[in-house]
Amino acid sequence: MTTPYRVLIGKPGLDGHDRGAKFIARALRDEGFEVIYTGIRRTAAEIAATAIQEDVDVIGLSSLSGAHLRLFPEVIKELKARGAADIPVLGGGVIPDEDMEALLAAGMKAIFTPGTPAATIIKSFSDACEQ
Amino acid sequence: MPVNSSHTLLTGITKQDPRAIGRAISVVENNLSDAAEILAGLDPKRIENALVLGITGPPGAGKSTLTSSLISELRRRNKRVGIVAIDPSSPISGGAVLGDRIRMMEHALDKDVVVRSMATRGRLGGLCASAGATVRIMAASGCDVILIETVGVGQSEMDIIRLADITIMVLAPGFGDDIQAMKAGLLEVADFLVVNKYDLPGADALRMEMQQIFVQKEEESNIPRVLETIASENSGIKKLIDSLHSFEAYIETNSIKTKRRHEALDSETLDWIFEILRPRFTEQLKKDSNPQQTDPRIRAQQLIANTPNG
Repeated sequence: MTTPYRVLIGKPGLDGHDRGAKFIARALRDEGFEVIYTGIRRTAAEIAATAIQEDVDVIGLSSLSGAHLRLFPEVIKELKARGAADIPVLGGGVIPDEDMEALLAAGMKAIFTPGTPAATIIKSFSDACEQ
Repeated sequence: MPVNSSHTLLTGITKQDPRAIGRAISVVENNLSDAAEILAGLDPKRIENALVLGITGPPGAGKSTLTSSLISELRRRNKRVGIVAIDPSSPISGGAVLGDRIRMMEHALDKDVVVRSMATRGRLGGLCASAGATVRIMAASGCDVILIETVGVGQSEMDIIRLADITIMVLAPGFGDDIQAMKAGLLEVADFLVVNKYDLPGADALRMEMQQIFVQKEEESNIPRVLETIASENSGIKKLIDSLHSFEAYIETNSIKTKRRHEALDSETLDWIFEILRPRFTEQLKKDSNPQQTDPRIRAQQLIANTPNG
């Protein structure tokens, strides 16, 4: 029996639209992942501390508010500060093409935008867990 | 994921390092090769002294919210708290969405609140073993009180909850038939019954009904066993914790706690026996891919007889 991957799905910042995050959480569950869902309006520090306690293999962040350039790298920073820079962070939401490079340069493993097929997203999560 | 030696993890657990505690729980939950070494190195004194509370009840009764308000009050009393939140895995995909933390996020940055979400992983056995080991790791990291939270349906949940020194059943008005169905099972093993959402209609009637069931338990210990809370408003929580501590003293003086710990040790041991044997027999089953014997019980006996010892 293989051990299920553990994933944290979190929504940093103030936007309360969690349909996307919940969709991904369910899609991952249906692929056999154990998904820890933190709910909406979390700080980067809360997400990082939770990921460490739960010993997740990967973190998925969702933001629809436009604040991703600040919020996503903040989570990476908080992970580093807690000695957990090795946990990969993926992100999704309403993210303009021109922000992609900055997010990847900040250490995000992958970014998903509206219309990315669920299978592609799940594959990225699997790949990130295997590394 | 960095590879940590069991020695590093044990040092980290003693120092209350969240990363080490989280990693160690994974090692044990996944039954990796270092699990035995980690468990052997935990401080037995701390494990003995920790108080383990089981919280159960039907979905929607407010277990997670009650857990969160219990954490707040225990923290006010300077206790370090551990929480094992158990949710079912999907029987089809094996995955799970673990959402109990949503109601506990106010404690996310408190270093003295250690939360671990755990999926049942569809195991018949093994869950007791994993949950029990997680409790031990948390206790060894200095947690004074450890809460095990699980939905109160089914035999496996009942087994887990019996790992606890004290069991609390959470109910809320408006569950009707669910509560009827539970009377025979969990109500019998529950030490405390919490009527949560006490501001809702029907709460008084529910409390009176439960008090009738608990009247004997109340008389023998002289401690109130049916309590009202509105967990979302932190109402009734102090009294609940005071009663829990009185009950703890009661079960310590009459050796009930020791007896319960022995029983828990036995059921965890049995669970570990299954966990340890499982890979060996899974292997045997694979080898026997075209079975001559179609009766499962007879086949099982033959497989056991033909499996090498050790």
